[in-house]
Order: sequence, then C-alpha cells, then structure tokens
Amino acid sequence: MSTTPIADRRTTSVAARATDLSKIYGQGETQVVALDRVTVEFRQAEFTAIMGPSGSGKSTLMHCVAGLDTFSSGSVRIGDTELGSLKDKQLTKLRRDKIGFIFQAFNLLPTLTALENITLPMDIAGRKPDKQWLDSVIQMVGLRDRLGHRPSQLSGGQQQRVAVARALASRPEIIFGDEPTGNLDSRSGAEVLGFLRNSVRELGQTVVMVTHDPVAASYADRVVFLADGRIVDEMYRPTAETVLDFMKQFDAKGRTS
Amino acid sequence: MFRTALRNVLAHKARLLMTVLAVMLGVAFVSGTLVFTNTISDAYQNSSAKGFEGVDVAVQARYQDSKGDQVGKVPDLTQAVLDKAAKVPGAASATGVVSGFTAIADKDGKLIGGGWQSEGGNYWGTKDARYPLVSGHAPSGRNEVLIDSRTAERAGYQVGDTVRISVDGPVLEPTIAGIFTTDDGNVTAGGSLALFDTATAQQLFGKKGAYDEIDVTAKAGTGQAALKSQLDAALPKKLVETTTGQKLADDQAEQISSSMSGLRQGLLVFAGIALFVGTFIIANTFTMLVAQRTKELALLRAVGASRRQVTRSVLIEAFVVGAVAGVTGLVAGIGIGAGLRSLLGSLGATVPDGPLVITPGTVAAALAVGVVITMLAAWLPGRRAARIPPVAAMSALHSAPTTRSLVLRNTIGALFSAAGATVIVAATTMSGSDGQAPMGLGAVLLIIGVFVLTPLLSRPLIAAAAPLLRGFGVAGKLARQNSVRNPRRTAATASALMIGLTLITGMTVMAGSLQKSIDRMASAAIRADYVVSMANGNALSPDVAKKVAATDGVTASSPLSNSPSRIDGKTEFLTGVNGSAIGKLTDLTVDSGTFRVAGSDVVVDDDTAKSHGWKAGSAFTVHYEDGKAQRLTVAAVYEGNQLIRGIMLDSAALTPHQSDPADMQVMVKTADGASSATKDRLEKALGSNPAIKVQDKQDLSNSIAQAFTLILNMVYGLLAMAVIVAVLGVINTLAMSVFERSQEIGMLRAIGLDRKAVKRMVRLESLVISLFGGVLGIGLGVFFGWAAGQLVGAKMPTYELVLPWARMAVFLLLAGTVGVLAALWPARRAAKLNVLAAIKSE
Repeated sequence: MSTTPIADRRTTSVAARATDLSKIYGQGETQVVALDRVTVEFRQAEFTAIMGPSGSGKSTLMHCVAGLDTFSSGSVRIGDTELGSLKDKQLTKLRRDKIGFIFQAFNLLPTLTALENITLPMDIAGRKPDKQWLDSVIQMVGLRDRLGHRPSQLSGGQQQRVAVARALASRPEIIFGDEPTGNLDSRSGAEVLGFLRNSVRELGQTVVMVTHDPVAASYADRVVFLADGRIVDEMYRPTAETVLDFMKQFDAKGRTS
Repeated sequence: MFRTALRNVLAHKARLLMTVLAVMLGVAFVSGTLVFTNTISDAYQNSSAKGFEGVDVAVQARYQDSKGDQVGKVPDLTQAVLDKAAKVPGAASATGVVSGFTAIADKDGKLIGGGWQSEGGNYWGTKDARYPLVSGHAPSGRNEVLIDSRTAERAGYQVGDTVRISVDGPVLEPTIAGIFTTDDGNVTAGGSLALFDTATAQQLFGKKGAYDEIDVTAKAGTGQAALKSQLDAALPKKLVETTTGQKLADDQAEQISSSMSGLRQGLLVFAGIALFVGTFIIANTFTMLVAQRTKELALLRAVGASRRQVTRSVLIEAFVVGAVAGVTGLVAGIGIGAGLRSLLGSLGATVPDGPLVITPGTVAAALAVGVVITMLAAWLPGRRAARIPPVAAMSALHSAPTTRSLVLRNTIGALFSAAGATVIVAATTMSGSDGQAPMGLGAVLLIIGVFVLTPLLSRPLIAAAAPLLRGFGVAGKLARQNSVRNPRRTAATASALMIGLTLITGMTVMAGSLQKSIDRMASAAIRADYVVSMANGNALSPDVAKKVAATDGVTASSPLSNSPSRIDGKTEFLTGVNGSAIGKLTDLTVDSGTFRVAGSDVVVDDDTAKSHGWKAGSAFTVHYEDGKAQRLTVAAVYEGNQLIRGIMLDSAALTPHQSDPADMQVMVKTADGASSATKDRLEKALGSNPAIKVQDKQDLSNSIAQAFTLILNMVYGLLAMAVIVAVLGVINTLAMSVFERSQEIGMLRAIGLDRKAVKRMVRLESLVISLFGGVLGIGLGVFFGWAAGQLVGAKMPTYELVLPWARMAVFLLLAGTVGVLAALWPARRAAKLNVLAAIKSE
C-alpha cells in the first residue's frame, strides 16, 4: 500500500477537535448517553474513518463535530471556531464556508445540473467559484462530459462523484462523509473512496468519514473505533484485514463481557 | 377497505385540512344562500299575507289593449263603480284605494328612506279599518296628513308637527293629524306611508274622482268566491277585473318567491364558481396523497387487493372528507344566513322578522354538494392509484412521479383554445344579441383550453420571471425551478386563482368601459347645465317646468314628457319638448334635414326613422292617446343614443292630448353655467323639495359611477370567496411540496442555506405560482372584457374599451399578496425542519 510517511504530518495543525464531548438524550430513567466525554482530534490533510457497531455513537459524533447537531457538554472546534456558542445562523454560515458534506443519499438537487450542484454551496454564499480549482476538481472526479446532466440522468456512482466534487469545490477546511459509499456497488464505492484519498494526498484536504465497511475504512490514514459513546481504540494505516480483525475481536469481547 | 380508507383519512388529517376547508367554504356559501333566501322569502310572505287580511275581493281596472289607431289605456274606476260594488248583496263594505309616490322629509329636509319605498295613499272616511290610529284623528284636506308610526318614530314626528311632503311637484306642508300602525309590506320593509283624505289623495295622485283599486269585504257567511261572482255579475266586465284576497296573497307570495329565486340563482352561481375552484384543490390533494402512498398502495395490490378496491379506497377517503366538509359547511352556512339577515338590518333595509328557515332541502343540498364534488374531484386520482403495479412495493427507490408526456394534453388544449378564441372573435363581429350564445360557448371552450394548457404555459411564463428572481440569489433560482418541477400541480394551483381573477378582471373592464361610454354619451349629447328629475324616476308635475323657466339666470329650459301614441298601427312613444329651447339644450348629430321642432314639424332618431322608412321631409299621421289624429312632418333625422331617442315634438302640440300631463325630466341651461349658486337657486325655486333632484353633468356621471361601483363591489365581494378558496389551494400545494422535499431542504440546510433563505425559497415559489395564475387570469379577463364590449359596442356608438390599468395592477398585487400570505405557514414549516431528521427520513 501507500508508503507516504504519515508520521510527518501528525505534527501539523488540527482541523477539528472535540474535547470532553457528551450528548445525552432524555432525562432520568429514560436517559440515553449517545456520546460520553469523547475527546478526539482530526488533523489537517488526514483521512480519518470513524467506525463502530450501530448505536455506538459514530454518526452522532460526526453530526456534532460538523455543526449539524447540538451537544450536551464539552466543546467542539473547527479551526479556531468554538461551535458550542454559535447560533443557528452562525452555524449555517460555518457549514457553508468551512465544511463540505457527502451524505449516503440525497446529496443532489434533482432540479439542478451536475455543475450547478457542484457550485451550489458557493452560489448560496454568493461567491464566484475559483475556475482553475473547479476545473481540477472536475478533472479529478472525471465528470467533464456529464456537467450538463441532471441527477436523474446519472448513475448512483456518478451522483456520488458529483457530491464529492461539490464538497471539494469550495475548498472547505474539512469534509465530512456519512457512509458515502453505503448505497453504491463495490466498484463505484472504490472510485469514490479513491477520489477522497487522492484529495487528501494530492490536495491536502482533511476528510472525516463515518463507515461500517472495513474496506472503506482501509482507504483512510487512521481509523477511530467507537463503542457505547466512547472512543475505544484507534489504528493508523489500516488495511481491510486489520480492521476486520479488530472488529471481530471487539465483537467477541463485547459478547463475552 | 373501509377501515384502511378511514385510517388514511385520520393519518393525513393535517394534509386534508385545506381540502376540507375549501369544500366547506363552497358548501357554506350554498347553504348560506339557501337559508338566507328561504328565511327572507318566508318573512315577506307572512307579512304580505297579513296585508291582504282586510281584502276579500279586489276590483281593478282592466287594461284596454292598443287597437288600430287607439292607444291602449287603463279606464277609471269611478265612484259609480264603487257604489255598485258596495250594493252587491254579499258585500259588507267597499273601500276605494288611491296610491302614489309620496316623499316625506325628515326634520332636516332630507328624504326619509329610499325614494322607491316612499308611498302615499288615502284614508277612507272617518275610520279606516286598514290603518288603526295610534293617536290623532282622520285627515281632512291638503293641510292634514297621517303618517305611519315607524316613520314617525324614525324622524321624531308627533301629532301636530308640520311635515314637508312632496308628491310630484310643489312641496306641501301639512300638519300631522294622526299616526297609524300598519302591516303594509312596504312599511314593514322600511318604507314610509303618508295618508290623505280620499278627495285630496285623488287630486294629488291625478285620479280625479277615480280609484286605483276597490277593496270589498264580504258579509259573514259569504265566501270570497261567492262575492267575486256577485261582483263579476254586477260590474262591467270589459272594464274591470276582480280578484279574491286569497288569490292576491298567493300571487304576491309567488312573486316574492320568484324574485327571491332570482337572487338565489345569482348567489348560487358564485357559490358554484367557488366550488369549481375547490375541485382543483381536491384533485391536487388526492393526486399528491396517492403519489406519496405509492408503496403503500402497491403493497395492498401485492397482498391481493383488486384495482377496483384500490380506487374505491381512495373514493371512500374522498367520501369521508366530503361528508365532514358538508356538515361543517352546513353549520357555517346557517351562520352566514343569519349573519346576512342582520347585516341587511344594520344597513337600514328593515327585513320583516321571522324564524330562520332551514329546510330539509337545504340540508340535503349541502351534504350532496360536499360529498359529490369531493368524490368527483378524487375520481381521477383514484383511477391513477389503481394503475400502480404491485412491484412498486418492492422497488427500493422512492419512485419519482412519472412525467407522462404532455403532448396529447397540449394538443387537446391548443385545439380547445384555438376554437374558443376563434368563436369569440367571430362572435364580436355579430350584432348584439345574436353574438351572445356563440360568445358564451367560445368563452367556455377557451377557458377549458387554457386550463388544459396551463402546464405548457407555466414554463415560458415562469421563465420570463427569471430575471426578477435572479435578484434573490440561490433562493430565487431554486424557487423558479421548484415551481416548474411538477407542471401539472403548479397548473392546477394557478388555475384555481386564475378563475377568480378572470371573472374579476372581465367584470372590471366591462363596467369601466360601459361607465365611460355612458358618461361620454351624456356629455356629448346634452348641452344643458342641469337635469331636474324625481328621486324615484317618477314623473314631475308640469309646475316644475314652469317654475324652472321662471328662475333667475335660466336662459333655456325644456321639459321632456312622455306620451304613447299609435302610428301605422304600432305604439310609439312621443317626447314632448320645448321646441324653441331643445336645440340649445341638446347637441344631437343631424343626419339629414334641418333640426326644427315646432308646430307639426318633428325630429326623429335614425332607428325609428329606419323602422318606418321615413326620411327628412316625410309626413305621417299620429293618433294621440286621446284618439285624435294629426299629420306630422319629419324635419330632421338625428343620431339617437341611450339618453335621447324617439320622436320629439313641441309640447304645445302634445299637451292638449294628454289626460295627465307629466314630465320625466326638465333640462336647464343657465346664463353662467353650472355652479353651486345656480343650483341653490334652482332648488330654492322648486321649494327645496326632498323628492326632486337637480343634477349637473358631474352629478349625473357621479350617479352613473356610483351605480357601477355598487354592482362591482358586490361582484368583488362574491368572487372573493373563489379567491379565498384558491389561497387555500396554494397553501395546500406548498405544504405538500415542502413535505415531499424535506430531504432536499435538509441537505440544503446542511451545506449552508440558512433558515431565512429557505423561507424565501418557499415564499418565492408561492409568489411565482400565484403571479402566474394572476397574469393568466388578468389576460383572459381583459380578452373577455374586450369581446363582450364588442357586442355591447354594436349597440352603443360611444362605446370604447377602457383598460383599468390601475385596477389591473392592484389585481396583480393582490395575486402576489395571496402568494406571500399563502406561503407563510409552509415557509415556516420548511425553515423549522430538523436538518438531521430531514436527511435521514426515507
């Protein structure tokens, strides 16, 4: 696999950080702790995968760090901005200017063409896209001849590539993916993950992705494992096998304990 | 299936709410109309039946038809007839009745009540059973009068007060000799009644020694029918006719109910329009509900439900919705009926008291309208639901609404529109009434065509709004695209609004054009500064013309009197004018000959001349109403119009032949033109008579404008219902769209669209749809207004199309406001969507 010395980058600055982050639903007896004092850092130009069984809190962690969900206590920082004190309006602006999103489904507006979908965040902000950058992003995801198509005329893989391009186009500080390959066949999924990895390696983009697929996680530089709302372990330079092994162990531990 | 359907209704309560409201409004309108008209009609019938209690048989003069050269007329019911009637063995008493217009002034000199409700009559002998006295005594001579207690109370009059009264000319100032009560229908409905002694009344109402009617009461033991046959035998059959009191009451009841049914039909037409608009909303709602439930319905099909069962389940849902709307609409309608009656009361028109009438027919109509309309509108969506294949239940993807080709639809729409427009344009070239039927047909075809075409029209028209929307950034762009996303839905929503605005605009264009043309006619043909006439349109006493002529500053004046005559075996009305002055008072275009009205020289309008084949210089023989003949010469043929037409001859020639000379109006020209001082002088010369109007040209055109404004406002009020229903439709469509697109909205919010922009997006979509409907409606309305005007214009030379730009701008603004208001709630909902929940929801 890759031989790039990841260790060199660990010293670089942090794109997002959660400190003692807790998220509690309900009160008293019906109280459910989704996140229990989680502290985690996402470094710049690093591709991180968050893994864990369902109900482990991996999606909640991502939503809180990405400014989509509120949290009960602790703090979240994107770059220099503390999220806890922000109002909805400021959060929206933050998402618009500093964060890119790739969802499992429903990433695109059916009424807009592929190109219009890609530039949508900049349109919302009222900014002109950087032509050269946009060109290189489109080149990278290989959508040059599909730009005028509507989402309904694109395959699922192509749609997700449009979503990746959209996330990259506005040069956000960090991109969050919520099971971005969940609805794709393995070939299309591999393509999309390849683009995400390239964006980190070649463009220095920061990417955080929630997934339950060990193969998807193997594209990342680092995997963070979550269980019962806590970070239980992390792994650098994962492969599908090592991740799967860890999961199996973890599963076994979970059952016997 | 029934249970499934019922569950569905309950599950979609909120989404069906607008549908229920829309149907409910229509039903309320229908049942309100029925309750109101039934109640009023019943109350009037009861009160008029009371008025006939004292009459067993009424004797009236029989109209003598025109025959040969003899002008038809009504013979006098003389004292001799009355005496004969009183002597019939079954008669207990015979009362002579004289009546006519009598205006009573209040203490400030203003006319009490509307002019058409001011009645006068005679008090029979010293004790008249019809009018029991509350105080005072029977009147005698010109200086004593009785007034009814309601009027006395309203104006604060008491026995002994002096009151100003006008019959047809000079003002009388009698003292009030007494006050009476009466069940007279006119009085209970808010009119006034003044009574003189019989001789004075006969003199005042121009019936010297004669009566309008003789009311005979029967002796105990003699039936009405028996009395009638006795009277028939005793009285000259050729001159009089007799009617029993029962028949009179029945006739009156029938007349009341037929005049009520006119009102009812008029109101029901508007209710029908509101309901028609409502069907669009129902159809839209059910289409959307079916689309959203595709999987559910497919599952039903997969587990064995037949197509018919699926359709039926949708129809049962519609039935439940319709029934709920019917019941609530009925309740609201009863409220409306009661409210309308008290509204009328507060406007001064006293409606006779009576219970609120809710007939079984009203209840049945309300329920039937609610259920039938809803089920009809849901029928197509129901059929569509049945066509969902069972396999749709398995498909993982949310199946996009099938965008069936619009080619067939557009072809049909284009054919209908083209046919409609062609027929209308063809009809405009026809003359007057011939064109009405084809124009109606064309209008229906065109409206259907435009309905069918709206999905096609939506794209270019909404694209035209793009430059405006661009100013709103992404929200505007998304709004525009969302609004053309489902052209059928947009079209149905906009159409609902279009109907109301088409009618409103059409009426406004018509009314404005008509008003302008009548105005122009008046100012073009009349040179007089003032026109003097009676407040209620009755004839003026000849005294008025004399007094006007004698007033300081009057340089020319002429009465216009009307008299029937026979010419070549046809009845023609002659207009008597002051021959020496009429040329200065009018400005008529003379087609041929020299305008001269004197002696046997007369002027004739072009239509009359044509129908008799006269030219300038022709001579003809006229038989006046008294039977005498005279040879007249056509001095000139002039261009007639709505205000002045017919045969004009000199009063000096006409008056000697009139039994009761009276003038319809008097035209006045003054030395210094119209001014308030001159007007004051004229009014003073006429004794400041409350019943006589002195109007200058501005007053005339104001009163014309007032009449049009009143009618227009009523029509606006009635059509407002259709607009309100359309607003509900817009709300409904938007709410459903927001619901359907919640995932999209969630995604937009996640990638950085703030709440304000989401709200703006929904509002702009609403605005676009509403303005689309508004533009279509106003466009169609102008076209219909123009076409109808062409028909009217054929009869009215001064007709000219007036486009009320300001009004049209207001209507467009109204459409926009409708859009913004309708979006309030859906936009809030969209903005409040939880981002995560919206994205996750499948």
